[in-house]
Amino acid sequence: MSILVIAEHDNASIKGATLNTVAAAAAIGGEIDVLVAGANCGVAAEAAAKIAGVSKVISADNAVYEHQLAENVALLIADLGKGYSHILAPATTNGKNNLPRAAALLDVQAISDIISVESADTFKRPVYAGNVIATVQSGDAIKVLTVRTTAFDPVAAEGGSASVEAIDGSHNAGNSEFVGEELAKSDRPELTAASIIVSGGRGMQNGENFEMLYKVADKLGAAVGASRAAVDAGFVPNDMQVGQTGKIVAPDLYVAVGISGAIQHLAGMKDSKVIVAINKDEDAPIFQVADYGLVADLFDAVPELDAAL
Amino acid sequence: MKILVAVKRVVDYNVKVRPKSDGTDVDIANVKMSINPFCEIAVEEAVRLKEKGVATEIIAISMGPKQAQEQVRTALALGADRGILVESDEDLQPLAIAKMLKAIVEKESPDLVILGKQAIDGDNNQTGQMLGALTSMPQGTFASEVNVADGRVSVTREIDGGLQTVNLSLPAIVTTDLRLNEPRYASLPNIMKAKRKPMDTFTPEDLGVDATPRVKTLSVEPPAERKAGIKVADVAELVDKLKNEAKVI
Repeated sequence: MSILVIAEHDNASIKGATLNTVAAAAAIGGEIDVLVAGANCGVAAEAAAKIAGVSKVISADNAVYEHQLAENVALLIADLGKGYSHILAPATTNGKNNLPRAAALLDVQAISDIISVESADTFKRPVYAGNVIATVQSGDAIKVLTVRTTAFDPVAAEGGSASVEAIDGSHNAGNSEFVGEELAKSDRPELTAASIIVSGGRGMQNGENFEMLYKVADKLGAAVGASRAAVDAGFVPNDMQVGQTGKIVAPDLYVAVGISGAIQHLAGMKDSKVIVAINKDEDAPIFQVADYGLVADLFDAVPELDAAL
Repeated sequence: MKILVAVKRVVDYNVKVRPKSDGTDVDIANVKMSINPFCEIAVEEAVRLKEKGVATEIIAISMGPKQAQEQVRTALALGADRGILVESDEDLQPLAIAKMLKAIVEKESPDLVILGKQAIDGDNNQTGQMLGALTSMPQGTFASEVNVADGRVSVTREIDGGLQTVNLSLPAIVTTDLRLNEPRYASLPNIMKAKRKPMDTFTPEDLGVDATPRVKTLSVEPPAERKAGIKVADVAELVDKLKNEAKVI
Protein backbone atom coordinates (compact mmCIF):
# COMPACT_ATOMS: atom_id res chain seq x y z
CA MET A 1 0.00 0.00 0.00
CA SER A 2 1.27 3.48 -0.81
CA ILE A 3 -0.49 6.55 0.44
CA LEU A 4 -0.32 10.15 -0.72
CA VAL A 5 -1.33 12.73 1.89
CA ILE A 6 -2.11 16.24 0.68
CA ALA A 7 -0.62 18.67 3.20
CA GLU A 8 -2.61 21.59 4.59
CA HIS A 9 -0.15 24.47 4.83
CA ASP A 10 0.30 28.19 4.26
CA ASN A 11 3.65 27.89 2.43
CA ALA A 12 5.48 28.87 5.63
CA SER A 13 4.23 26.17 7.99
CA ILE A 14 2.33 22.89 8.10
CA LYS A 15 -1.15 23.10 9.61
CA GLY A 16 -2.21 20.73 12.36
CA ALA A 17 -4.87 19.11 10.15
CA THR A 18 -2.02 17.48 8.20
CA LEU A 19 -0.96 15.56 11.32
CA ASN A 20 -4.44 14.10 11.83
CA THR A 21 -4.53 13.10 8.17
CA VAL A 22 -1.17 11.35 8.43
CA ALA A 23 -2.63 9.52 11.45
CA ALA A 24 -5.51 8.28 9.28
CA ALA A 25 -2.99 7.20 6.66
CA ALA A 26 -1.03 5.32 9.32
CA ALA A 27 -4.24 3.53 10.33
CA ILE A 28 -4.53 2.27 6.74
CA GLY A 29 -0.86 1.26 6.80
CA GLY A 30 1.86 1.46 4.16
CA GLU A 31 4.37 3.97 2.85
CA ILE A 32 3.19 7.53 3.44
CA ASP A 33 4.25 10.34 1.13
CA VAL A 34 3.19 13.94 1.71
CA LEU A 35 2.55 16.42 -1.09
CA VAL A 36 3.30 20.06 -0.34
CA ALA A 37 1.98 22.06 -3.29
CA GLY A 38 2.54 25.79 -3.00
CA ALA A 39 4.83 28.66 -3.90
CA ASN A 40 8.00 29.37 -1.95
CA CYS A 41 6.87 26.50 0.23
CA GLY A 42 10.33 25.12 1.01
CA VAL A 43 9.96 25.80 4.72
CA ALA A 44 6.64 23.97 4.82
CA ALA A 45 8.16 21.03 2.93
CA GLU A 46 11.05 20.86 5.42
CA ALA A 47 8.53 20.86 8.28
CA ALA A 48 6.55 18.09 6.59
CA ALA A 49 9.71 15.98 6.39
CA LYS A 50 9.89 15.97 10.20
CA ILE A 51 6.39 14.51 10.66
CA ALA A 52 6.56 11.09 12.29
CA GLY A 53 5.93 8.18 9.92
CA VAL A 54 6.39 10.02 6.63
CA SER A 55 8.64 8.36 4.02
CA LYS A 56 8.94 11.10 1.44
CA VAL A 57 7.83 14.67 0.94
CA ILE A 58 7.04 15.80 -2.59
CA SER A 59 7.51 19.52 -2.94
CA ALA A 60 5.71 21.12 -5.90
CA ASP A 61 6.94 24.67 -5.56
CA ASN A 62 5.46 26.80 -8.30
CA ALA A 63 3.58 30.10 -8.56
CA VAL A 64 0.52 28.33 -10.03
CA TYR A 65 -0.04 26.51 -6.71
CA GLU A 66 0.41 29.56 -4.47
CA HIS A 67 -3.25 29.98 -3.53
CA GLN A 68 -4.30 26.34 -3.82
CA LEU A 69 -6.57 27.02 -6.78
CA ALA A 70 -8.49 23.78 -7.30
CA GLU A 71 -8.24 23.94 -11.09
CA ASN A 72 -4.43 23.65 -10.90
CA VAL A 73 -3.90 21.64 -7.73
CA ALA A 74 -6.41 18.93 -8.73
CA LEU A 75 -4.49 18.35 -11.98
CA LEU A 76 -1.30 17.91 -9.96
CA ILE A 77 -2.90 15.57 -7.40
CA ALA A 78 -4.48 13.43 -10.12
CA ASP A 79 -1.19 13.25 -12.00
CA LEU A 80 0.87 12.21 -8.95
CA GLY A 81 -1.93 10.19 -7.38
CA LYS A 82 -2.07 7.65 -10.21
CA GLY A 83 0.82 5.81 -8.61
CA TYR A 84 -0.78 5.41 -5.17
CA SER A 85 -3.35 3.10 -3.59
CA HIS A 86 -4.81 5.89 -1.42
CA ILE A 87 -4.97 9.69 -1.60
CA LEU A 88 -5.93 11.49 1.59
CA ALA A 89 -6.57 15.13 2.45
CA PRO A 90 -8.00 16.73 5.57
CA ALA A 91 -11.68 17.72 5.26
CA THR A 92 -10.79 21.41 5.45
CA THR A 93 -12.23 23.87 2.94
CA ASN A 94 -9.07 23.29 0.86
CA GLY A 95 -9.36 19.53 0.97
CA LYS A 96 -13.07 19.64 0.17
CA ASN A 97 -12.40 22.00 -2.73
CA ASN A 98 -9.49 20.16 -4.32
CA LEU A 99 -9.85 16.46 -3.63
CA PRO A 100 -13.24 15.67 -5.26
CA ARG A 101 -11.98 17.44 -8.40
CA ALA A 102 -8.86 15.26 -8.42
CA ALA A 103 -10.97 12.15 -7.75
CA ALA A 104 -13.18 12.80 -10.78
CA LEU A 105 -10.06 13.24 -12.95
CA LEU A 106 -9.04 9.75 -11.78
CA ASP A 107 -12.59 8.41 -12.33
CA VAL A 108 -12.88 7.63 -8.62
CA GLN A 109 -15.91 8.08 -6.34
CA ALA A 110 -14.30 9.87 -3.40
CA ILE A 111 -15.36 9.21 0.20
CA SER A 112 -15.79 12.34 2.32
CA ASP A 113 -15.14 12.89 6.00
CA ILE A 114 -13.98 9.46 7.16
CA ILE A 115 -14.00 9.01 10.94
CA SER A 116 -12.46 5.54 11.11
CA VAL A 117 -10.49 3.08 9.04
CA GLU A 118 -12.02 -0.41 9.14
CA SER A 119 -9.74 -1.89 6.46
CA ALA A 120 -7.84 -0.67 3.40
CA ASP A 121 -11.10 -0.22 1.47
CA THR A 122 -13.72 0.19 4.22
CA PHE A 123 -14.33 3.31 6.26
CA LYS A 124 -16.90 4.86 8.58
CA ARG A 125 -18.33 8.27 7.88
CA PRO A 126 -21.17 10.38 9.27
CA VAL A 127 -24.21 11.12 7.10
CA TYR A 128 -27.43 13.05 7.79
CA ALA A 129 -25.63 15.64 9.94
CA GLY A 130 -24.04 12.91 12.02
CA ASN A 131 -27.35 11.30 13.00
CA VAL A 132 -26.24 8.15 11.23
CA ILE A 133 -22.80 6.57 10.88
CA ALA A 134 -22.36 4.62 7.65
CA THR A 135 -19.77 1.91 7.01
CA VAL A 136 -18.84 2.19 3.35
CA GLN A 137 -16.63 0.18 1.03
CA SER A 138 -14.88 1.62 -1.99
CA GLY A 139 -14.85 -0.41 -5.19
CA ASP A 140 -12.35 1.85 -6.94
CA ALA A 141 -8.71 0.91 -7.51
CA ILE A 142 -7.52 4.16 -5.88
CA LYS A 143 -9.20 5.25 -2.67
CA VAL A 144 -9.63 9.03 -2.48
CA LEU A 145 -10.61 10.14 1.01
CA THR A 146 -11.08 13.30 3.01
CA VAL A 147 -10.46 12.89 6.72
CA ARG A 148 -12.47 14.36 9.59
CA THR A 149 -9.51 15.57 11.59
CA THR A 150 -11.25 15.48 14.99
CA ALA A 151 -11.64 11.70 14.67
CA PHE A 152 -7.90 10.95 14.49
CA ASP A 153 -5.32 11.90 17.13
CA PRO A 154 -2.47 13.77 15.44
CA VAL A 155 0.88 12.10 14.86
CA ALA A 156 3.99 13.86 16.23
CA ALA A 157 5.07 16.89 14.22
CA GLU A 158 8.71 16.12 15.01
CA GLY A 159 10.86 13.03 14.97
CA GLY A 160 10.61 11.94 11.34
CA SER A 161 13.35 12.31 8.76
CA ALA A 162 11.74 11.97 5.35
CA SER A 163 13.51 12.86 2.15
CA VAL A 164 12.27 15.89 0.22
CA GLU A 165 11.87 15.47 -3.53
CA ALA A 166 11.26 18.62 -5.53
CA ILE A 167 9.24 18.16 -8.68
CA ASP A 168 9.44 20.48 -11.66
CA GLY A 169 6.75 21.56 -14.04
CA SER A 170 3.40 23.08 -13.43
CA HIS A 171 -0.23 22.31 -14.07
CA ASN A 172 -1.92 25.54 -15.01
CA ALA A 173 -5.54 25.27 -16.10
CA GLY A 174 -5.50 28.99 -16.85
CA ASN A 175 -9.20 29.54 -16.13
CA SER A 176 -9.12 30.87 -12.58
CA GLU A 177 -7.38 33.70 -10.78
CA PHE A 178 -6.89 34.45 -7.12
CA VAL A 179 -8.16 37.95 -6.32
CA GLY A 180 -7.79 38.31 -2.58
CA GLU A 181 -8.46 37.03 0.90
CA GLU A 182 -9.92 38.51 4.05
CA LEU A 183 -8.60 36.36 6.83
CA ALA A 184 -9.75 36.78 10.40
CA LYS A 185 -6.95 37.95 12.63
CA SER A 186 -7.11 36.84 16.21
CA ASP A 187 -4.72 36.20 19.07
CA ARG A 188 -6.98 33.42 20.27
CA PRO A 189 -6.36 29.82 19.22
CA GLU A 190 -7.89 28.52 15.99
CA LEU A 191 -11.26 26.86 16.47
CA THR A 192 -10.18 23.53 15.07
CA ALA A 193 -7.03 23.44 17.20
CA ALA A 194 -8.36 24.83 20.50
CA SER A 195 -8.67 22.63 23.59
CA ILE A 196 -11.43 24.88 24.96
CA ILE A 197 -14.14 26.60 22.93
CA VAL A 198 -16.73 29.11 24.11
CA SER A 199 -19.56 29.46 21.60
CA GLY A 200 -22.46 31.89 21.37
CA GLY A 201 -25.81 31.54 19.67
CA ARG A 202 -28.88 33.56 18.86
CA GLY A 203 -29.34 34.22 22.58
CA MET A 204 -26.35 36.59 22.49
CA GLN A 205 -28.69 39.09 20.77
CA ASN A 206 -25.96 41.08 19.00
CA GLY A 207 -22.29 41.20 18.10
CA GLU A 208 -21.33 43.54 20.95
CA ASN A 209 -22.50 41.01 23.52
CA PHE A 210 -19.91 38.54 22.18
CA GLU A 211 -17.37 40.71 24.08
CA MET A 212 -18.52 38.88 27.22
CA LEU A 213 -17.52 35.57 25.61
CA TYR A 214 -14.19 36.94 24.42
CA LYS A 215 -13.35 37.94 28.00
CA VAL A 216 -14.20 34.49 29.35
CA ALA A 217 -12.34 32.84 26.46
CA ASP A 218 -9.20 34.86 27.13
CA LYS A 219 -9.18 33.74 30.75
CA LEU A 220 -9.47 30.11 29.64
CA GLY A 221 -7.12 30.34 26.66
CA ALA A 222 -10.13 29.37 24.57
CA ALA A 223 -11.29 29.95 21.00
CA VAL A 224 -14.68 31.54 20.35
CA GLY A 225 -17.23 29.92 18.07
CA ALA A 226 -20.82 30.55 17.10
CA SER A 227 -23.95 28.81 15.93
CA ARG A 228 -25.31 29.30 12.44
CA ALA A 229 -28.08 31.48 13.87
CA ALA A 230 -25.52 33.91 15.30
CA VAL A 231 -23.58 34.04 12.03
CA ASP A 232 -26.70 34.42 9.88
CA ALA A 233 -27.86 37.26 12.12
CA GLY A 234 -24.55 39.01 11.42
CA PHE A 235 -23.30 38.96 15.04
CA VAL A 236 -19.97 37.40 14.03
CA PRO A 237 -18.18 36.35 10.79
CA ASN A 238 -18.69 33.02 9.04
CA ASP A 239 -15.33 31.53 9.97
CA MET A 240 -16.61 31.22 13.56
CA GLN A 241 -19.47 28.88 12.63
CA VAL A 242 -19.50 25.46 14.24
CA GLY A 243 -21.85 22.87 12.75
CA GLN A 244 -22.71 20.46 9.95
CA THR A 245 -21.67 22.95 7.30
CA GLY A 246 -19.24 25.00 9.36
CA LYS A 247 -16.31 23.77 11.40
CA ILE A 248 -16.32 20.38 13.07
CA VAL A 249 -14.69 20.62 16.50
CA ALA A 250 -13.99 18.25 19.37
CA PRO A 251 -12.23 20.18 22.15
CA ASP A 252 -11.75 19.02 25.74
CA LEU A 253 -14.34 21.58 26.82
CA TYR A 254 -17.12 23.15 24.76
CA VAL A 255 -19.20 25.87 26.42
CA ALA A 256 -22.43 26.59 24.53
CA VAL A 257 -23.94 29.91 25.53
CA GLY A 258 -27.40 30.88 24.34
CA ILE A 259 -27.37 28.05 21.80
CA SER A 260 -30.58 26.03 21.53
CA GLY A 261 -28.87 23.00 19.97
CA ALA A 262 -30.26 22.43 16.46
CA ILE A 263 -29.11 19.08 15.03
CA GLN A 264 -27.00 20.98 12.50
CA HIS A 265 -25.06 22.61 15.37
CA LEU A 266 -24.77 19.41 17.40
CA ALA A 267 -23.25 17.75 14.32
CA GLY A 268 -20.29 20.08 14.67
CA MET A 269 -19.52 19.73 18.38
CA LYS A 270 -21.07 16.65 19.96
CA ASP A 271 -17.77 14.76 19.98
CA SER A 272 -16.34 17.30 22.44
CA LYS A 273 -15.10 15.62 25.63
CA VAL A 274 -17.03 17.83 28.06
CA ILE A 275 -19.99 19.96 27.03
CA VAL A 276 -21.41 22.79 29.11
CA ALA A 277 -24.69 24.47 28.16
CA ILE A 278 -25.91 27.78 29.51
CA ASN A 279 -29.43 28.56 28.36
CA LYS A 280 -32.51 30.04 29.98
CA ASP A 281 -34.82 27.58 28.21
CA GLU A 282 -34.62 24.37 30.22
CA ASP A 283 -36.18 22.41 27.34
CA ALA A 284 -33.49 23.46 24.85
CA PRO A 285 -32.13 20.37 23.04
CA ILE A 286 -28.55 21.42 23.86
CA PHE A 287 -29.14 20.10 27.41
CA GLN A 288 -29.57 16.57 26.00
CA VAL A 289 -25.91 16.46 25.02
CA ALA A 290 -24.52 18.62 27.83
CA ASP A 291 -22.51 17.08 30.67
CA TYR A 292 -23.21 20.15 32.77
CA GLY A 293 -26.29 22.24 32.14
CA LEU A 294 -27.00 25.57 33.74
CA VAL A 295 -30.50 26.93 33.29
CA ALA A 296 -29.91 30.65 33.64
CA ASP A 297 -30.04 33.95 31.81
CA LEU A 298 -26.70 34.17 30.05
CA PHE A 299 -26.52 37.89 30.78
CA ASP A 300 -26.29 36.99 34.49
CA ALA A 301 -24.34 33.75 34.18
CA VAL A 302 -21.55 34.80 31.80
CA PRO A 303 -20.39 37.81 33.88
CA GLU A 304 -20.53 35.59 36.97
CA LEU A 305 -18.47 32.96 35.19
CA ASP A 306 -16.01 35.66 34.13
CA ALA A 307 -15.70 36.80 37.75
CA ALA A 308 -15.32 33.23 39.06
CA LEU A 309 -12.44 32.30 36.78
CA MET B 1 -26.63 33.95 -20.62
CA LYS B 2 -27.95 30.51 -19.77
CA ILE B 3 -27.83 29.03 -16.27
CA LEU B 4 -28.16 25.37 -15.34
CA VAL B 5 -29.14 24.84 -11.72
CA ALA B 6 -29.14 21.44 -10.02
CA VAL B 7 -31.58 20.51 -7.26
CA LYS B 8 -31.67 17.40 -5.10
CA ARG B 9 -34.61 15.73 -3.38
CA VAL B 10 -33.60 15.03 0.23
CA VAL B 11 -35.16 14.26 3.60
CA ASP B 12 -36.40 17.57 5.02
CA TYR B 13 -33.87 19.26 7.29
CA ASN B 14 -36.24 19.12 10.27
CA VAL B 15 -36.49 15.33 10.19
CA LYS B 16 -34.16 13.42 12.49
CA VAL B 17 -33.15 10.40 10.45
CA ARG B 18 -32.53 7.04 12.14
CA PRO B 19 -31.08 3.74 10.94
CA LYS B 20 -33.48 0.86 10.23
CA SER B 21 -33.50 -1.74 13.01
CA ASP B 22 -31.59 -4.23 10.83
CA GLY B 23 -28.84 -1.66 10.23
CA THR B 24 -28.92 -2.03 6.43
CA ASP B 25 -29.93 1.51 5.59
CA VAL B 26 -31.58 4.62 6.96
CA ASP B 27 -35.32 4.58 7.56
CA ILE B 28 -36.84 7.19 5.30
CA ALA B 29 -40.22 5.58 4.65
CA ASN B 30 -43.00 8.17 4.91
CA VAL B 31 -40.78 11.05 5.96
CA LYS B 32 -41.15 14.53 4.54
CA MET B 33 -38.99 15.16 1.47
CA SER B 34 -37.86 18.60 0.35
CA ILE B 35 -35.49 20.39 -1.95
CA ASN B 36 -31.99 20.39 -0.40
CA PRO B 37 -31.55 23.79 1.34
CA PHE B 38 -28.29 24.55 -0.49
CA CYS B 39 -30.00 23.80 -3.82
CA GLU B 40 -32.78 26.22 -2.93
CA ILE B 41 -30.10 28.89 -2.49
CA ALA B 42 -28.70 27.90 -5.91
CA VAL B 43 -32.11 28.37 -7.56
CA GLU B 44 -32.57 31.74 -5.81
CA GLU B 45 -29.18 32.96 -7.05
CA ALA B 46 -30.04 31.96 -10.62
CA VAL B 47 -33.38 33.75 -10.39
CA ARG B 48 -31.72 36.90 -9.03
CA LEU B 49 -29.23 36.86 -11.92
CA LYS B 50 -32.16 36.66 -14.31
CA GLU B 51 -33.98 39.49 -12.53
CA LYS B 52 -30.83 41.62 -12.84
CA GLY B 53 -30.83 40.99 -16.59
CA VAL B 54 -27.60 38.97 -16.44
CA ALA B 55 -29.24 35.63 -17.22
CA THR B 56 -31.82 35.00 -19.92
CA GLU B 57 -32.77 31.39 -19.27
CA ILE B 58 -32.68 29.09 -16.24
CA ILE B 59 -32.85 25.32 -16.60
CA ALA B 60 -33.48 23.35 -13.39
CA ILE B 61 -32.36 19.73 -13.26
CA SER B 62 -32.83 16.96 -10.74
CA MET B 63 -31.75 13.35 -10.70
CA GLY B 64 -33.38 10.61 -8.72
CA PRO B 65 -36.67 8.75 -8.45
CA LYS B 66 -39.76 9.79 -10.40
CA GLN B 67 -40.91 11.86 -7.40
CA ALA B 68 -37.89 14.15 -7.80
CA GLN B 69 -40.00 15.93 -10.40
CA GLU B 70 -41.64 17.63 -7.38
CA GLN B 71 -38.31 19.33 -6.64
CA VAL B 72 -37.94 20.34 -10.29
CA ARG B 73 -41.46 21.83 -10.10
CA THR B 74 -40.45 23.70 -6.95
CA ALA B 75 -37.50 25.20 -8.82
CA LEU B 76 -39.82 26.12 -11.70
CA ALA B 77 -42.20 27.79 -9.23
CA LEU B 78 -39.28 29.78 -7.84
CA GLY B 79 -38.47 31.12 -11.30
CA ALA B 80 -36.65 28.55 -13.45
CA ASP B 81 -37.90 28.46 -17.04
CA ARG B 82 -37.79 24.77 -17.84
CA GLY B 83 -36.92 21.52 -16.16
CA ILE B 84 -35.03 18.30 -16.71
CA LEU B 85 -35.45 15.11 -14.71
CA VAL B 86 -32.99 12.26 -14.98
CA GLU B 87 -34.99 9.39 -13.59
CA SER B 88 -33.26 6.53 -11.80
CA ASP B 89 -33.96 4.39 -8.77
CA GLU B 90 -30.26 3.71 -8.37
CA ASP B 91 -28.34 5.10 -5.36
CA LEU B 92 -26.91 7.97 -7.41
CA GLN B 93 -23.47 8.98 -6.17
CA PRO B 94 -21.66 12.26 -6.88
CA LEU B 95 -19.39 10.92 -9.64
CA ALA B 96 -22.33 9.45 -11.58
CA ILE B 97 -24.35 12.63 -11.05
CA ALA B 98 -21.42 14.73 -12.28
CA LYS B 99 -21.13 12.54 -15.39
CA MET B 100 -24.84 12.99 -16.14
CA LEU B 101 -24.60 16.73 -15.54
CA LYS B 102 -21.68 16.80 -17.95
CA ALA B 103 -23.85 15.17 -20.61
CA ILE B 104 -26.53 17.82 -20.04
CA VAL B 105 -23.90 20.60 -20.09
CA GLU B 106 -22.79 19.31 -23.51
CA LYS B 107 -26.39 19.43 -24.79
CA GLU B 108 -27.31 22.80 -23.30
CA SER B 109 -24.01 24.74 -23.16
CA PRO B 110 -24.85 26.82 -20.07
CA ASP B 111 -22.55 29.73 -19.15
CA LEU B 112 -22.95 29.07 -15.47
CA VAL B 113 -23.85 25.93 -13.50
CA ILE B 114 -25.00 26.58 -9.94
CA LEU B 115 -25.25 23.76 -7.40
CA GLY B 116 -25.56 23.48 -3.63
CA LYS B 117 -22.21 22.88 -1.96
CA GLN B 118 -23.51 19.70 -0.35
CA ALA B 119 -26.71 17.76 0.13
CA ILE B 120 -27.82 17.33 3.72
CA ASP B 121 -28.40 13.58 3.35
CA GLY B 122 -25.05 12.23 2.11
CA ASP B 123 -23.06 15.30 3.24
CA ASN B 124 -20.59 14.53 0.43
CA ASN B 125 -19.73 18.00 -0.89
CA GLN B 126 -18.34 16.63 -4.17
CA THR B 127 -20.67 17.01 -7.15
CA GLY B 128 -19.78 20.57 -8.23
CA GLN B 129 -16.06 19.92 -7.96
CA MET B 130 -16.39 16.68 -9.93
CA LEU B 131 -18.40 18.38 -12.66
CA GLY B 132 -15.62 20.96 -12.83
CA ALA B 133 -13.05 18.22 -13.39
CA LEU B 134 -15.10 16.43 -16.05
CA THR B 135 -15.92 19.58 -18.03
CA SER B 136 -12.62 21.43 -17.35
CA MET B 137 -14.70 24.36 -16.09
CA PRO B 138 -13.32 26.43 -13.18
CA GLN B 139 -15.15 26.23 -9.85
CA GLY B 140 -16.14 28.78 -7.23
CA THR B 141 -17.15 26.57 -4.32
CA PHE B 142 -18.81 27.58 -1.00
CA ALA B 143 -19.90 30.91 -2.50
CA SER B 144 -21.16 33.77 -0.36
CA GLU B 145 -21.15 36.32 -3.20
CA VAL B 146 -21.36 35.97 -6.98
CA ASN B 147 -20.82 38.74 -9.53
CA VAL B 148 -20.95 38.22 -13.28
CA ALA B 149 -19.26 40.83 -15.50
CA ASP B 150 -17.37 40.96 -18.81
CA GLY B 151 -17.54 37.26 -19.53
CA ARG B 152 -16.17 36.31 -16.13
CA VAL B 153 -17.57 35.52 -12.72
CA SER B 154 -16.13 36.72 -9.45
CA VAL B 155 -16.91 34.43 -6.52
CA THR B 156 -16.32 35.16 -2.84
CA ARG B 157 -15.83 31.87 -1.01
CA GLU B 158 -16.28 30.94 2.65
CA ILE B 159 -13.00 29.30 3.66
CA ASP B 160 -11.67 28.11 7.03
CA GLY B 161 -9.84 31.33 7.82
CA GLY B 162 -12.40 33.80 6.47
CA LEU B 163 -13.23 34.76 2.89
CA GLN B 164 -11.43 34.28 -0.42
CA THR B 165 -12.30 35.83 -3.77
CA VAL B 166 -11.51 34.14 -7.08
CA ASN B 167 -12.19 35.29 -10.61
CA LEU B 168 -13.20 32.61 -13.13
CA SER B 169 -13.62 32.54 -16.88
CA LEU B 170 -17.04 31.46 -18.16
CA PRO B 171 -18.46 28.89 -18.44
CA ALA B 172 -17.96 28.21 -14.74
CA ILE B 173 -19.37 26.29 -11.79
CA VAL B 174 -20.57 27.87 -8.57
CA THR B 175 -21.52 25.94 -5.43
CA THR B 176 -23.53 27.80 -2.84
CA ASP B 177 -22.88 28.33 0.85
CA LEU B 178 -25.54 29.31 3.36
CA ARG B 179 -25.12 33.05 3.23
CA LEU B 180 -25.23 33.60 -0.51
CA ASN B 181 -28.86 34.69 -0.30
CA GLU B 182 -32.16 34.07 1.45
CA PRO B 183 -34.42 32.06 -0.83
CA ARG B 184 -37.92 33.37 -1.50
CA TYR B 185 -41.11 31.39 -1.06
CA ALA B 186 -42.97 30.32 -4.18
CA SER B 187 -46.25 32.19 -4.59
CA LEU B 188 -49.44 30.28 -5.36
CA PRO B 189 -49.80 31.78 -8.87
CA ASN B 190 -46.18 30.81 -9.60
CA ILE B 191 -46.78 27.28 -8.33
CA MET B 192 -49.76 27.04 -10.72
CA LYS B 193 -47.72 28.47 -13.59
CA ALA B 194 -44.88 26.02 -12.90
CA LYS B 195 -47.20 23.12 -13.70
CA ARG B 196 -47.33 24.27 -17.31
CA LYS B 197 -43.60 24.81 -17.75
CA PRO B 198 -41.86 22.18 -19.90
CA MET B 199 -39.94 19.31 -18.33
CA ASP B 200 -37.82 16.77 -20.24
CA THR B 201 -37.13 13.36 -18.81
CA PHE B 202 -34.06 11.22 -19.42
CA THR B 203 -32.54 8.07 -17.98
CA PRO B 204 -28.84 7.58 -17.20
CA GLU B 205 -28.69 5.26 -20.23
CA ASP B 206 -30.04 8.05 -22.49
CA LEU B 207 -27.08 10.13 -21.32
CA GLY B 208 -24.61 7.29 -21.81
CA VAL B 209 -23.72 7.09 -18.13
CA ASP B 210 -23.28 3.97 -16.03
CA ALA B 211 -24.81 5.05 -12.73
CA THR B 212 -23.92 1.90 -10.79
CA PRO B 213 -22.69 2.93 -7.31
CA ARG B 214 -18.93 2.66 -6.81
CA VAL B 215 -19.12 2.95 -3.04
CA LYS B 216 -21.18 0.34 -1.24
CA THR B 217 -22.89 1.03 2.08
CA LEU B 218 -22.27 -2.07 4.19
CA SER B 219 -24.21 -0.98 7.26
CA VAL B 220 -25.50 2.03 9.15
CA GLU B 221 -25.69 2.62 12.88
CA PRO B 222 -26.66 5.39 15.24
CA PRO B 223 -23.78 7.49 16.56
CA ALA B 224 -22.45 6.79 20.05
CA GLU B 225 -24.88 8.28 22.56
CA ARG B 226 -23.54 10.76 25.07
CA LYS B 227 -24.33 9.73 28.62
CA ALA B 228 -26.89 11.93 30.30
CA GLY B 229 -25.38 14.89 32.09
CA ILE B 230 -26.50 16.82 35.14
CA LYS B 231 -27.96 20.23 35.79
CA VAL B 232 -25.93 22.49 38.04
CA ALA B 233 -27.59 25.03 40.32
CA ASP B 234 -25.34 28.00 39.72
CA VAL B 235 -22.10 29.28 38.26
CA ALA B 236 -20.13 28.41 41.39
CA GLU B 237 -21.15 24.76 41.14
CA LEU B 238 -20.37 24.76 37.42
CA VAL B 239 -16.85 26.09 37.96
CA ASP B 240 -16.31 23.62 40.79
CA LYS B 241 -17.40 20.66 38.61
CA LEU B 242 -15.21 21.79 35.71
CA LYS B 243 -12.19 22.17 37.99
CA ASN B 244 -12.56 19.19 40.29
CA GLU B 245 -14.73 16.62 38.52
CA ALA B 246 -14.11 17.05 34.80
CA LYS B 247 -10.69 18.65 35.41
CA VAL B 248 -10.85 20.60 32.16
CA ILE B 249 -10.07 24.09 33.50
